[in-house]
Amino acid sequence: MRKDYNLEKRKYIIGGFIVVIAIIYIVRLFMLQIVDTDYRRFAEGNAFLKKVQYPSRGMIYDREGRLMVYNQSAYDVMMIPREVKEFDTLAFCNAIDITKEEFEGRVKRMKDRRYNPSYSSYTPQLLISQMSAEEYGRLQEILYKFSGIYVQNRVIREYKYDIAGSLLGNIREVSSSDIENDSYYKAGDYTGDLGIEKSYEKYLRGEKGIEILLRDSKGRIKGEYENGKYNEAPISGKNLTLSIDAELQEYGEYLMQNKIGAIVAIEPSTGEILAMVSAPTYKPSSLVGRERGKNYAKLVKDKYKPLYDRTIMGVYPPGSTFKPTQSLIFLQEGIIKPSSSYPCHGGFISGRLKVGCHPHSAPIAMKPALATSCNAYFCYGFKAMLDNRTKYERTDEAFTLWKDYMVSMGYGYKLGIDLPGEKRGFIPNSEYYDKYYRKGRWKALTIISVSIGQGEVLATPLQIANLSATIANRGYYYTPHVVKQIQDSEIDSIYTQRHTTMVESKYYEDIVEGMRMAVTDGTCRIGEIEGAEVCGKTGTAQNPHGRDHSAFMGFAPKNNPKIAIAVYVENAGFGATYAVPIGSLMMEKFLNDTIATDRKPLEERMAKSNTIIYSGVKKH
Amino acid sequence: MASRNTNINILSQIDKPTLVLYIILVLWGWVTIYAASYNFDDTSIFSMDSRAGKQLLWMGLTTILAFGILSIDHRKFEAYAYPLYALTILILIITIFIAPNIKGSHSWIVLGPIRVQPAEFSKFTVALCLARFISTYNFTLKNLSNLVKAILLIIVPALIIILQRETGSALVYLAFTLVLFREGMSGLILLTGVGSITYFILALKYAETFWGITCVGDLLVLTLILSVLVMMTTSRYKRRGVFKIMLIICSSIALISGIINIFTPVNWVYTLYAMILSISIYTFILSVKSNTIKLLLPIGIAAASILFMLSVNYMFNNVLEPHQQSRIKVSFGMEDDPRGVGYNVNQSKIAIGSGGFFGKGYLAGTQTKLKYVPEQDTDFIFCTVGEEFGFVGSTFLILLYVSLVLRIITLAERQRDAFARVYGYCVASIFIFHIVINLGMVLGISPVIGIPLPFFSYGGSSLWSFTILLFILLRIDASRTERGY
Repeated sequence: MRKDYNLEKRKYIIGGFIVVIAIIYIVRLFMLQIVDTDYRRFAEGNAFLKKVQYPSRGMIYDREGRLMVYNQSAYDVMMIPREVKEFDTLAFCNAIDITKEEFEGRVKRMKDRRYNPSYSSYTPQLLISQMSAEEYGRLQEILYKFSGIYVQNRVIREYKYDIAGSLLGNIREVSSSDIENDSYYKAGDYTGDLGIEKSYEKYLRGEKGIEILLRDSKGRIKGEYENGKYNEAPISGKNLTLSIDAELQEYGEYLMQNKIGAIVAIEPSTGEILAMVSAPTYKPSSLVGRERGKNYAKLVKDKYKPLYDRTIMGVYPPGSTFKPTQSLIFLQEGIIKPSSSYPCHGGFISGRLKVGCHPHSAPIAMKPALATSCNAYFCYGFKAMLDNRTKYERTDEAFTLWKDYMVSMGYGYKLGIDLPGEKRGFIPNSEYYDKYYRKGRWKALTIISVSIGQGEVLATPLQIANLSATIANRGYYYTPHVVKQIQDSEIDSIYTQRHTTMVESKYYEDIVEGMRMAVTDGTCRIGEIEGAEVCGKTGTAQNPHGRDHSAFMGFAPKNNPKIAIAVYVENAGFGATYAVPIGSLMMEKFLNDTIATDRKPLEERMAKSNTIIYSGVKKH
Repeated sequence: MASRNTNINILSQIDKPTLVLYIILVLWGWVTIYAASYNFDDTSIFSMDSRAGKQLLWMGLTTILAFGILSIDHRKFEAYAYPLYALTILILIITIFIAPNIKGSHSWIVLGPIRVQPAEFSKFTVALCLARFISTYNFTLKNLSNLVKAILLIIVPALIIILQRETGSALVYLAFTLVLFREGMSGLILLTGVGSITYFILALKYAETFWGITCVGDLLVLTLILSVLVMMTTSRYKRRGVFKIMLIICSSIALISGIINIFTPVNWVYTLYAMILSISIYTFILSVKSNTIKLLLPIGIAAASILFMLSVNYMFNNVLEPHQQSRIKVSFGMEDDPRGVGYNVNQSKIAIGSGGFFGKGYLAGTQTKLKYVPEQDTDFIFCTVGEEFGFVGSTFLILLYVSLVLRIITLAERQRDAFARVYGYCVASIFIFHIVINLGMVLGISPVIGIPLPFFSYGGSSLWSFTILLFILLRIDASRTERGY
C-alpha cells in the first residue's frame, strides 16, 4: 500500500476550499435576502408587467417617392386570465360588437396550447385582434369594469394606391412554425405574407421594444422599473423605395381587367421593374383588419387564382417571342449571316414533318423573318445548327451549347428577383431528351418546335421581359428587382452586377433592326408610338388547354431605351390583337405620361374587352 | 450463487450518509423542478406533460441504473478504464458530426424522442481513466512527463467538447487539477492558475472603476501581489521582526503618498508599485545576507504577476476587437446587457432576494412563476429554492452540498488503494466545480457558465451522469476491505 502522509494533508486544503466558498455564498445570500430590501420590494405583489412596444412597420414608396403603403393604428384586446374577476360578458360583447358564442370561442382558442403554445395565465394573451378606433373608443369607456383586460396598440397596413396585391403582399398573424423558426416572433405578432412584405420582412418589421412596469398586488401600474433602465425603445422598420411606378402599375391593372395574364416592365439600364401586373388582381386593402380571414379564404377559392402571381410563377410557352434568342445563337455560332435566306412555302417541310407558317414573301432573310415571324426560318436555322457535323461532333453536343446560350440569356433558372415564389421556367438539356427518347435516338427534327418557342420550353413573363431588356441593352442585363432603395441600407449587390450573355453585342444590333422592322412593316404595326421608335416581337403561343395565348415583347425607344416590356394574355388569340396594343399603351403611358388622342379608342377597347370568358374556367 | 450474496452484502456495506444525502437532493430537486415549471394550470406533479413528470421517469430509470452499477464487480471499473476512455473519445468525435444544431451547440445525439449529451457521460470515463493512470505502480506526478500525460488525458476530451460548442461542459475538466494537486502536483501550479484567473477577473472587472485618478482594478491586483509577496517572504525567512519591518516600509510609503495627496492628487497604483519594489529590494537584501536562494522566488513571482497583469490589460485593450471585449465583459457580469446575460442574472438576484428569511412558501414564488428568470428549471433552478424557501432553505441546501462533498473526500481518503482514492477525488472535484460555478452564477458572483446544479437541474443526462459518478464510488467503497492488497 502506497500512502503519502504529506500529501494526505492536502485534503484539508481541498475541503477547506469548498467550506470557504460555501461561507462566501451564504454571506452573499444573507446580503441579498435579508440585508438588501430592494429585491423584496420589487417582487412584492406581482412585480413586473412586461409590455411589448411594437415598432411601426417600414413604409413603402414608389420610384417617384409617392407613398404607397403606410400604417394605421389598430387595437388588440389582451387578457391576463389570472386577473379576470367577475366578468360582464354581455356588456363586453356589446362594446366590441361580437356575439357571446364568438367571445367564448375566442377564449377557448386562446387557452388551447395547440393554437397558442406560449399560453400562460399570468401574462397578457391575445383575445381579439385589430379593433377599429371606434370600437376601441366604446371599450375604453367601460374598460375599468373589467380587471385583467388590457388594450395593446398595434399598427396595421393602409394603402394610398390600392393596387399590386400580389407584388406588395400583406401581413398576417404569425403561425406556430414562424414562432419556432425565428425567436423574434411571439404568438399574436404579425409577419409579412407574400410579395415584398415577405421578402423584405427583416427590414420592414423593425425591432420590438420592451417596457418593464412595476405593479402592486392589485395589478395597478406603479411606474417603471428602475426608472426605465431596462426599457428598450422600439426601433421602426426601414422604409423601402420601390422601382415600381405606381401610376404605370395602376394603368396596367386597368388595361388587364377581365383578362388572365401578366405584364412586366423593366428599365433596361438598371434592371429595375417599373410595373408588374398579374391579372386577375386583388386589392391589398381587402387583406387588412378583421375581415382578412374571410377575404383571404375567398381569394383562395377563386377559380381564376388571383393569389397566384403570374408574373413570376406563371410558366408559359414563350411562342414567337423566343425567336430573337434563336437568331442570336445562330449568328454567334456562324450558322447564319443576317443576309442568309431560307425558303418558306407555307411552312417548314422535311419529309412527313411540317411546321406551318402564314403567307409572306419567300425566300426570306433574317430581319424580315423576325418582322413577319416566319416559323420556317428558325426551323431551318435550328436544324442547320444541330446537324452541323463539321462544328459539333454530335447532336447532343450542339444542343448542350444551345442550352448554355439560353441559360446565359436568363432562361431555365430563376432570375433571382427579390420576391418569394419565383419559378424557373424550363429549358430542356440533352440528358432530358436522352431520357425521353433514349440516348442517340433524337435529332434536330425531333425537337424542332423548341426553335419557335413551343414544345418543351417554358418561361415566366419576367424572363420574357428580361430578354427584352437584354436586347434593348444590346447584350447584357441586371437581375430584375422591385426594391430600389432600403433606408439606411443597400440593396443586395446581386442587383447591381451586370450579366453579359454569350452573344456578342454586335449581333444584337441586327436583332434590334429586325424587331424595329416588325413594328414598321411586320406583325407589330399597331404597337408604334408617335416619335418613340418602338421595337417589338409578337408571340402567339399554342397551348393544349384552349385558345392561343397572346404575347408581346418589346422596348422603346430604339436608341437609349427607357422601358422594356413583356405582355402575356392567356387565351386571347393572336399576339397582335391584345398583347401588342397593351404593351404599346403601357410604354406610351410611361414615356409620354398620357395617351395620344387618336389612340384613346384603342385604350378603351383594351380596357373594356373581356378575354377571361375564353379561359375555360367556369366561375361559380 | 455467490453473486447474490455479494449483492446483499453490498447493500449493507454501502455508505449510508452519502446515500441519504443523495436521496434527499434528488427528491428535493424533483419538487423544485415542479415548482419552477409550475404555472397554476398544470394539474399534477406526475403528469407526463410536465417537466416534473418527465424528471420522475428519469429518476425511475436512474434507480435501475444505480442498482445496475452496484451489481458490477468492483475490479471491472479498473479493468475497463482505458477501453471506456477510448470509446468516449470516439463517441465525442462522432457527436460533432452527427449532432444537429441545437441553439448553436452540436453536443446532443437525438434518438427519437430522447436527447442524450455524451459530454455529460465522458466525465466518469475520464475520471476512471485518470484514476487508473495515476494508480500505476511507482507513479509520481513529480515526474514532469507523467504530469504532461495526465494533463493530456484530461485536455483531449475537453477540446473535443469545445469543438461541440459546449464550452461550459468543457470547463468542468478544469476541476481535475484539484485531483492532480491532491496526488502531488506542485501547489504552485494550482496557485498560479487560481491567481491568474483572479488577477484576470479583478483587473478586467474594475478596469474602468476609478477612485480619483486611481484605477481600482490595478490597485486590487497589486494589493494581492503585495500580499502574496509579503506572505511568501515571511514564511520562507523564518525570523522574527521581518514582518514588522515590511509593515513599517509599507506604512511609510503610504504616509508619504498621503502627504503628497494633500497637495496634488496621487495615483495610488504608483504607491503600490513603490511598496512592491521596496519589499522586493528588502527581500533581496535578506536573501544575500542569509545566503538563501529560495527567497528569490517571491520576487520572481511578484515580477511575473505584474507582467501578467500588464499583458492582460494590453491584450484586452489592443488585441481584442470591441465586440470580443464586450462579450467577455458581459459574461463576467461587468457590462449591462439588458436583453441577454445581464438581465438574466439581475432577474435571478431579484428572485432570490425576494425570498427573504423564510421564503414565500412552496409553489408561492411569483418571480419564477412569471417566467422572469430564464432557464429556471435547468441552470437557474437555485432561484426557485431561494425564492420559495428563503435564506433558511438556501443555506440548508448549500450545507447539504458541502456535506456531500466532504463526505466524498472522506470516502476517498479511507480507500486503501490509489485507484479508488484518485477516483474519489475526481468525483469530489467535479461536484465542487459544478456547485461552485452554478451557485456563483445564480448569485451573480462568478461568470455565467451554463452548467447544471447536480441532482437539481432538470435533465436526464445530467442526473444520470452524476448518479453514475457517485455510485461507482459507492460500489468501490463498499468493497474497500477486499481492495488494495
